[in-house]
Amino acid sequence: MAELLQTTALSKTFGGLAAVSGVDLSVTEGEIHCLIGPNGAGKSTLFKLIIGTYPPTAGHIKFRGENVTEERPYQRVKRGMSIKMQTPSVFKELPVRQNLHIALQHHVTKAELAREEERLLTLLDLAADAAKPAGVLSHGQQQWLEIGMALALKPKLMLMDEPTAGMSPEETFRTGELIQQLNGLGMTILVVEHDMAFVRQIAQRVTVLHFGKVFARGSIKEILADERVAEIYLGKTHEHL
Amino acid sequence: MLRLVNGAQTVGNGWPFWMSFLAVLAGALVYPMFADSYDVGNFAYFLIWVFMAMGLCLMWGYCGMLSFGQTFFFGIAGYSYGVLAIVLGGGTMTVLALVLAVVLAGLSALVLGYFMIWGRVGGVFFGIVTLSATLVLAFFLGQTAGPEWAIGEARLNGFNGMKGMDPLNIPWFDDETLYFEGASLYYLAIALIVVVYLGLRILLNSRFGNVIVAIREDPQRAELLGYDVRKYQLITFIVGSSLAGLSGVLYTSWGQFITPGSIGLPAAAMPIVWVAFSGRGDITATLVGSFLILYAFQTITVYSQQAALVLMGGMLLATVMIAPQGFVIGIARTIGRLFRGRGAGNATSSNTGS
Ligand SMILES: Nc1ncnc2c1ncn2[C@@H]1O[C@H](COP(=O)(O)OP(=O)(O)OP(=O)(O)O)[C@@H](O)[C@H]1O
Ligand SMILES: [Mg+2]
Repeated sequence: MAELLQTTALSKTFGGLAAVSGVDLSVTEGEIHCLIGPNGAGKSTLFKLIIGTYPPTAGHIKFRGENVTEERPYQRVKRGMSIKMQTPSVFKELPVRQNLHIALQHHVTKAELAREEERLLTLLDLAADAAKPAGVLSHGQQQWLEIGMALALKPKLMLMDEPTAGMSPEETFRTGELIQQLNGLGMTILVVEHDMAFVRQIAQRVTVLHFGKVFARGSIKEILADERVAEIYLGKTHEHL
Repeated sequence: MLRLVNGAQTVGNGWPFWMSFLAVLAGALVYPMFADSYDVGNFAYFLIWVFMAMGLCLMWGYCGMLSFGQTFFFGIAGYSYGVLAIVLGGGTMTVLALVLAVVLAGLSALVLGYFMIWGRVGGVFFGIVTLSATLVLAFFLGQTAGPEWAIGEARLNGFNGMKGMDPLNIPWFDDETLYFEGASLYYLAIALIVVVYLGLRILLNSRFGNVIVAIREDPQRAELLGYDVRKYQLITFIVGSSLAGLSGVLYTSWGQFITPGSIGLPAAAMPIVWVAFSGRGDITATLVGSFLILYAFQTITVYSQQAALVLMGGMLLATVMIAPQGFVIGIARTIGRLFRGRGAGNATSSNTGS
């Protein structure tokens, strides 16, 4: 199995704080990989290093066999990465449909554009709101829209930072189904999630981050059975896992 | 491509809008036949400034870059036109001078824009840097009174400004020369406005336009969709600034003089007032609004220049406090709603071009 993404000794410090330190992470083509860890563990920072919004303090990032450490985010996106950030970032004053249009326009032919827009709107259950400015959608819907925009790029590797935050249990479950469906179509997915039920629903492999370092890795079963992992989630221990 | 004159980024897409557009255009074309030549010349003068306003609307309203540098590029091109028209020997070389002057403004925008955008100068600092550049240029030109400040025959003349360049002219029938003054300048300005206005509408409703409004809304998200944001910002800055350059050339040609006063403050603040008051979010609002404001101010300035400036400040204040999106656009939207209410307009906003 080929490695799609590989980080080597990846580190990021903010002032004196090592938000990410010496992380070796590899994501295999075709898997759903979950990244978990307590608040402040460095998960979002790691994502930003992978997509390129932050330059790393040290280390390398390889994507599809190429060293992309020095590349700008748009270049990595063109290589096949796509991200849904932790805080929803959609074009708030633009209509929902135009949000999708902007995501689609550079790689979909004119003839297919309208069809793709419709397909995504239906998939995201936003067809009724297509003409509304994205800013008036509920938090959960904005998350969906952003996921839709990220998907519109037809990425090889999809990064999702807490895709279910602010969603109802029902929406969360549907998101899980969507992720599995996309994975079935061959998309590799790396997900940050707090909701362990959700992680159980989708994960194939799990990496646990703690204080910026890789704390444990393994299958979802192994991670759930790991006492140490339960401990670092102290306060929301066993009943949560 | 022509279909893109209508789309998501422009207000006024249905037939009522285009009928009104044609009516106004027809009115503008026959106007000189009924008005006296003094008024026609005055109108030409107002029209000259509209390019600068449309350029700012593109950069600020559509791409989120508030440039205080419109008069900088106005000055670069205006002075360049003056120097080139003199150095190249005037006559029909003035057309070449026009082209080169606008190109020079565009190149200056390329250089200044490159350093700002690649240097991550954003938000308020974008305004501060462009304003600084403008003030520096005005100050520099102000101290060029001495005879050493000359390029060939062309004296810069400090605060008194440069003069003596030929107005724009082209060879005409029967070995005559057509000087763009009065009515002919008026028609030239109208023609250029139609071309620039329609061109900008097409640009704005194209893929390019979709990307720049995305950048205005959220530059990071735009980049994460695979767009090289800095490149789009730079191109927008060059186009918007070059339009200010076009205004500068026409201005110099119109009066056959230009002074540093048309670059520094308060001149530099004027385009911001026009565009803010008109509605920076829409190119049509900016076109119509800027013209109306210029017209109103000319009328008031005749009585008192101070009153005009105070009023200008008051208008900016009123815009910020009462109608942050602009007054003309507010009125246009209301009219649009009335039309749609009667089912006459084009009610869908789903036409996003491509
Ligand atoms: N831009 C920044 N400047 C300074 N410190 C930062 C910055 N971004 C993150 N940090 C710090 O780095 C650490 C890791 O933050 P990060 O957002 O990556 O955590 P996380 O695992 O995503 O947490 P959460 O589960 O709360 O989203 C935190 O201590 C945070 O305060
Ligand atoms: Mg996070």
